[in-house]
Amino acid sequence: MAEIDEAQAQRDALAIDRSKGDFKYKEDYAFDAGIGLSPTVIDYIAKVKGEDEWIREFRHKALKIFESLPMPTHWATSDLNNINFQEIRYYLAKSQKPSRTWEEVPDDVKQTFERLGIPEAERKFLAGVEAQFDSEASYSRMKEELEKLGVIFCGPNEGLSQHPEIFRKWFGKVIPAGDNKFAALNSAVFSGGSFIYIPKGVKVAQPLQAYFRINAENFGQFERTLIIADEGSEVTYMEGCTAPKFETATLHSAVVELVALKGAKIQYITVQNWSANVFNLVTKRGIAEENAEVRWIDCNIGSRLTMKYPGVVLRGAGARGEVLSIALANDGQHQDTGAKMIHAAHNTTSNIIAKSISVGNGRSTYRGLVQIPKVFQNCRNNTECDALLINEHSRTDTYPAISVRGQKNSVQHEASVSKVSAEQIFYMMQRGLSEGEAMSLAVNGFVNDLVKEFPMEYSVELKRLIELQMEGSVG
Amino acid sequence: MTPSLEIKNLNASIGERAILKNFSLTIPRGEVHAIMGPNGTGKSTLAKILAGHPDYTVQSGEVFLDGEQILGLEPDVIARQGLFLAFQYPSEIPGVTIANFIRAALVARQAKGAPFDAKAYYAQLYAKMDELKMDRKFTSRFVNEGFSGGEKKRCEILQLAMLKPKYAVLDETDSGLDIDALRIVSEGVNRLRGPDTGFGVITHYQRLLEYIVPDRVHIMWDGRIVHSGGKELALELEAKGYDWVKQELATH
Repeated sequence: MAEIDEAQAQRDALAIDRSKGDFKYKEDYAFDAGIGLSPTVIDYIAKVKGEDEWIREFRHKALKIFESLPMPTHWATSDLNNINFQEIRYYLAKSQKPSRTWEEVPDDVKQTFERLGIPEAERKFLAGVEAQFDSEASYSRMKEELEKLGVIFCGPNEGLSQHPEIFRKWFGKVIPAGDNKFAALNSAVFSGGSFIYIPKGVKVAQPLQAYFRINAENFGQFERTLIIADEGSEVTYMEGCTAPKFETATLHSAVVELVALKGAKIQYITVQNWSANVFNLVTKRGIAEENAEVRWIDCNIGSRLTMKYPGVVLRGAGARGEVLSIALANDGQHQDTGAKMIHAAHNTTSNIIAKSISVGNGRSTYRGLVQIPKVFQNCRNNTECDALLINEHSRTDTYPAISVRGQKNSVQHEASVSKVSAEQIFYMMQRGLSEGEAMSLAVNGFVNDLVKEFPMEYSVELKRLIELQMEGSVG
Repeated sequence: MTPSLEIKNLNASIGERAILKNFSLTIPRGEVHAIMGPNGTGKSTLAKILAGHPDYTVQSGEVFLDGEQILGLEPDVIARQGLFLAFQYPSEIPGVTIANFIRAALVARQAKGAPFDAKAYYAQLYAKMDELKMDRKFTSRFVNEGFSGGEKKRCEILQLAMLKPKYAVLDETDSGLDIDALRIVSEGVNRLRGPDTGFGVITHYQRLLEYIVPDRVHIMWDGRIVHSGGKELALELEAKGYDWVKQELATH
């Protein structure tokens, strides 16, 4: 039943009259935030969005923090210094979206769409030929059903202005503007994203998909997401898609805050495949109250540099946190990913499984932070990080920081680095697989147990995507 | 003329070391040829060169599979043309199940984009596994990972049975097998004997040949065949030992 609904929604989305979408954005066209970052730009954004004064102030404060914080190159890659903040456009109204024709889209991107079986109408959107893929219809259908349950699913603007009593309390609290330089940047210029509230005891059967909703707005460079699952509720949220995002905007910096109140469960699934010029610098953190569960399932492919360490603050007794992550760094790419687990109550458990694949001269870095302070008891963490190196110049680094103190707390850490050996490849080729097929089979095997955790349609696409990524790795 | 796997005057080396020296051998389809010889005489190298292993350098010679030159082709191309190598030490492929592995190998033999009949595939896979006395649970185990010696060899024969090559080279398939496993593996091979398939059975010992009775026996010494005969040659070799070959060579 669920599948049928989704397929219908897809068809509806494709058949929709495109002029409908224009109406909503008409008032935005007049505004131009210009290039570069300044208090004036902040004022522009606040004005365009018709924001309350407190949000405007929040943005201005964040800008000051952003400017005061140094680039974190004392621990992170110096490639960050190549971002020129004054050349970036921080707010794009629809009319200012970069436009190109289908002929200008590089052949390899077109081929990838072909191979992934992306519908024609979506290809143009994903390639940036069309400013938006109109999914208004499926979005409103989904929204209607959710409203019956009392679920709020909207953008930050609507969330903060129409439901301040729900969202204001947590907005910027899980990840304060001063958390890090890029969280500050996002707090200053955020636009787009999802604000979600699940009422007490409501278990949302269908995963909520950002895909439909965010595409109905601007494609956010600085997305802001806040999900609040009230006591005993459950929700799964999915963002991204396996299709490559072909973009000219090079800096993406999202902030995602999750709040799982007593006994609630939030599962946040990300599959992203960025084009090779993108800096993807994301801050993601969840709070898990008593007996609550926050689970991040994360797959990062592409980009020039991704820095992302989803975290869970285990704030209530019995809370559980989990991060499952897959990162694939191809030629010229650096996946700097990991996880943070902050145990802040008794009987809390956390699990981290991170697998990375480095191809060509790609580099993957794992950074893990696990803290179990002395005052708590019966806390457990399990960390596994496995790296697979494909070629001679592939690189991987692991930086685990684990601090476990006190009685009756335990931690288990396993790390491995492996290589696909020439003998393995020969063995598989002797069975008739091409070198590329053999390599992708080995890589799919490596991530097999994690891929199973993704929803069915994602795991199939993921497999195909890995195959595509591996094709150029041999020869 | 019967189609055959024909190796002509093959000279090959690894690094500076010459291993195959003017090696020639023809295995017609429908026949089982045993290749016997002491350790270090080039038997396993021969198997790998036939399969296109990149570590070896071929100086001269030709290998024809049903009349088509296969020397210098990529290992996967050779495999798809119909040559199967049962490895002495099969590689582990973590995370890849046997069912998926064999399926991928079969899909690689189909025309691109052709539909795969999964139902027929599993029916056949289970039937072959039953013959090899393999538990059904085996399909979901990862290829060779944590396998015993006997399980690895059975898994090789299962692949052989599923891929149905024109020629199969079995490299020391008997090594590491106890008597029960040896019998099961040999029965598996015997079931595959027939007019469409040629076998090259590489072995150190005569023992295997009690179960897989060869049509021809070749004795390999220092990179080439020095003796060929019927199945009785294996018994003679067993009785006299490899020193016999050595002495005989010295007197020539």
